[in-house]
Amino acid sequence: MWAILLLPFAGSLAAALLPTTSRNAAALLAGAIALLCVGSLAMLYPAVAGGDAIRSELEWMPAFGLDLLIRLDGLTWVFAFLVLAIGFLVVLYARYYMATEDPVPRFFSFLLAFMGSMLGLVLSGNLIQLVFFWELTSLFSFLLIGYWHHNESARSGARIALLVTAAGGMCLLVGVLLIGRIVGSYDLDAVLAAADRIKGSALYLPALIFILIGAFTKSAQFPFHFWLPHAMGAPTPVSAYLHSATMVKAGIFVLIRLWPVLAGTDAWYLIVTTTGLATLLVGAWAAIFQQDLKGLLAYSTISHLGLITLLLGLGSPLAAVAAIFHTLNHATFKASLFMAVGIVDHETGTRDLRRLSGLYRFMPFTATLAMVAAAAMAGVPLLNGFLSKEMFLAEALENHRGTIIDEALPFIATTALALSVLYSVRFIHQGFFGPAPTGLPREPHEAPFWMRLPVEVLVLACLVVGIMPSVTIGPFLHMAVESVLGDATPRYSLAIWHGFTRPLALSVAALIFGGVGYAIFRDRLNAFTAVPLMGRLKGRRSFEVVLALIVSGARRLLALTGTGKLQPQLRLLVIIACLAGLLPFLRYGYEPGDRPGVLVDPGFALIWLVGCLCAIGAAWQAKFHRYAALILMAGAGLASCVSFVWLSAPDLALTQLLVEGVTTVLLLLGLRWLPQRHPEMLPRTRRLSPYRLRRGFDLGIAIAAGAGIALLSYAVMTRPLPNSIAGFFLENAYPGGGGKNVVNVILVDFRAFDTLGEITVLATVGLTVFSLLRRFRPAVESVRAPEQQRVQNAFDDRSEGREVGDTRADYLAIPRIIMQWLSPVILVFAVYLLVRGHDLPGGGFAAGVTMTLALLLQYMAFGTRGVEARLRVRPMSWVGLGLLIAVATGAGAWLFGYPFLTSAFGYADILVIGKVPLASALLFDVGVFLVVIGATALILTVLAHQSIRTPLTRPRSDAEPEAGEL
Amino acid sequence: MEAVLAIAIGVLTASGVWLILRPRTFQVIIGLSLVSYAVNLFIYAMGRLRVDAPALTGAEQAGAASLSDPVPQALVLTAIVISFAMTALMLVVLLAARGLTGTDHVDGEDGE
Repeated sequence: MWAILLLPFAGSLAAALLPTTSRNAAALLAGAIALLCVGSLAMLYPAVAGGDAIRSELEWMPAFGLDLLIRLDGLTWVFAFLVLAIGFLVVLYARYYMATEDPVPRFFSFLLAFMGSMLGLVLSGNLIQLVFFWELTSLFSFLLIGYWHHNESARSGARIALLVTAAGGMCLLVGVLLIGRIVGSYDLDAVLAAADRIKGSALYLPALIFILIGAFTKSAQFPFHFWLPHAMGAPTPVSAYLHSATMVKAGIFVLIRLWPVLAGTDAWYLIVTTTGLATLLVGAWAAIFQQDLKGLLAYSTISHLGLITLLLGLGSPLAAVAAIFHTLNHATFKASLFMAVGIVDHETGTRDLRRLSGLYRFMPFTATLAMVAAAAMAGVPLLNGFLSKEMFLAEALENHRGTIIDEALPFIATTALALSVLYSVRFIHQGFFGPAPTGLPREPHEAPFWMRLPVEVLVLACLVVGIMPSVTIGPFLHMAVESVLGDATPRYSLAIWHGFTRPLALSVAALIFGGVGYAIFRDRLNAFTAVPLMGRLKGRRSFEVVLALIVSGARRLLALTGTGKLQPQLRLLVIIACLAGLLPFLRYGYEPGDRPGVLVDPGFALIWLVGCLCAIGAAWQAKFHRYAALILMAGAGLASCVSFVWLSAPDLALTQLLVEGVTTVLLLLGLRWLPQRHPEMLPRTRRLSPYRLRRGFDLGIAIAAGAGIALLSYAVMTRPLPNSIAGFFLENAYPGGGGKNVVNVILVDFRAFDTLGEITVLATVGLTVFSLLRRFRPAVESVRAPEQQRVQNAFDDRSEGREVGDTRADYLAIPRIIMQWLSPVILVFAVYLLVRGHDLPGGGFAAGVTMTLALLLQYMAFGTRGVEARLRVRPMSWVGLGLLIAVATGAGAWLFGYPFLTSAFGYADILVIGKVPLASALLFDVGVFLVVIGATALILTVLAHQSIRTPLTRPRSDAEPEAGEL
Repeated sequence: MEAVLAIAIGVLTASGVWLILRPRTFQVIIGLSLVSYAVNLFIYAMGRLRVDAPALTGAEQAGAASLSDPVPQALVLTAIVISFAMTALMLVVLLAARGLTGTDHVDGEDGE
């Protein structure tokens, strides 16, 4: 059973992977899957026919009482069969309908997924699961309706359908949650057994309303019906599927499924009956004025759905039988009608009733098929539509509640049916009879055999059911009805002839009125472009007004409460952080602790005096003197670097020092692209302007933040260290991790998973920088060569015997040699740092940055072009390799049966060097090393490359300023 | 020492916060770097200050209590490298924004 459910989804995935041109393969796949599912469903029939429900559970979230549950009973079986069988016919039809230039595999992929979701919906044995699949059908119908996404009407139709049905799905979820609250379980069997409890509960009314909104939106009931006609932008096979067996029937299915527990109350009767009645009339009325064949069918679908809803609303068991029966009949004749319209559209190039006529001459088969199906829709005897219509009329004549609706129902029903006859006759007569059409986009001719076959099968079903109902549909209908009504199943008769009864009289009256009405009004109907009495776009227009209101309301709310400006946001953030830091001081007071401090060294104090001045200077100068600010910032960094050395953190000092260098180079590279800024550009005012006020305020915030954190850190530092996990690391670093440098052991062994995450971040940043700069467009004024180069070139130009670029070539002539000779030394040093890292300060991070610095020196000495002519700089491969090594080292532990990233260590005797400790953590550190080099080198070289790229606006002559000379 | 370091952290924070509240992107970058120095020192200081006691153990197991706390150090070590990466990212974003909007104001438009 799970296979039936999973197959369509698997097929959808497979179809999505097919090349876009393989339409036969995709169609074959889709057809085979549909057929396979039909077959396996048929094999389950004997088990279901007995009247029991088959259940199959998979534990999902037992703590919440949520299991994945498939439940197959009579009703479900019939619906599932409908979904799959009509799905198969639609696939067959679509194979010949879709044009070769469409990406057909995608179509079948969506169709299969939609089929699967619909199947999941009917097979759900759990209400939450049902809602889940319900939403999936909304989603995939959106994709199907919008399949021709180059078409504006298809896109907007898809959007409307999604918004309406997904909003309905939300309501359904709320309703289902309320039901779950009443019953205490979402299991369908438990819910169905608790009918009295649900109807007696105080939550009954809200639950009912929410569920009904969900069902009504899905099955296009008034006033939510407007999405269905707009969904016409879909390819016709999709319309055929959505309007017959799926989508709109999902709402009906939920109504039928929950009928035993929800129906029968006054609220149910009033809401559902009036909605059904309104939909029946509105749909039928609008259908007769449609000029588009698909529009006519869409409104007729709405009208028939209204009829089914009305029957369900009546609340009597016999009406429920009629509703189920009509659902099946409607599915068959509506699918075949849509397919016939699709053929007409396909062969003539238009669906406009006013342009079509006399097609019988050109396509007799299709015309005959359409006629039979339309007759079924109109309720002509000997066809399936007639039978359920008779049942409907019989119910309409019954007195249910003694309300005014009851009194009026026979008349309204007859009127609606007469309208239905009218539009059916109009559809057939105008389309297929009369003079030959003129001026069609295409010369009409008969459709190919395989395209007609699905229609033939469906029309045959209409006929067979209509002529021999009790033999053909009888057992299935009985099975479905019994699974819904249980013991309350009424006696009903499927005979064609009940004698001269009142329903028959009404039926005949409807046929006559409809026919006569057409004869009288046929010419006038063609003149309408909008439906009289109700503006054609009313539903859609109000929908869009509501949508626009929501959007503008959200905008206004955002404008009221938010700001798009960064400064106020940051200001707020800092203020809140300060207040949060202040809170414990206010509650517990402030006093420094009594831990004996480390004696102040005057050198240390002096260093920080300079460091603090640097920091303040950087803050002072960052606006107009970027270069000075940068150097001052690096000064503050060096002060913190020195304090790391002083205070027993050699690893930190090393890394900080190296990173300091790289950061400075990075920012220097960036400086070139920033706009120039001079103090003169600012309006000088001595007055207390808002600008000065704001600066003062910010200064206050900054001082408060600084003072707060200083007091806080002093309070912490003067208190003794509580017991932490540090002791464990210190004790186990050597015995457990094989390294004496505890910091490094923590990084590559104890907390290696964190480090893996961190190098991944680093790699991601590198790649992000790379991709951001690939399409970098510098500001216009930054494009020229830097001033220094222009001066040099001008000098070359003036001087005798010098070529332009000579001075530049001589630049840094002596340092260049030093840099060149230094590089191998630095490389060796980097490797040394890497290898010794496990026992002494060093490690992958520091070694990686060192390596990058060596590379940087090369770039500075020889320029970007010079280096890359001689060296293959491939930072991206290094990043990839590093990540691979790190992950592979971690995964290697699995081979020995240990968890991810467990490390091993031992000693190896290497010739000359002697006994060397070897830990698998070293390999991991090599990965870290490679990622660090790769990422930092990637960032720096990509930034450097911006200078040698030639933007389109820039003349070729003064190009090529090299990165090294910035 | 504790007082000196505390004041240093305070000054770094104050300068950094002042800068990140400024309207120019370059100021914000320098400010973030200063704040990250302060934060790194602060985290490191949570392991208390010790002189001449780097967290290097030997096979002979010197008393663990006499060494500095390695946990904040390990945290800060990666933080240093990551903060470099974040600075680089910010810089590139600001360059791209500058190219796109024609200004180096943090909001992409000159409001001052």
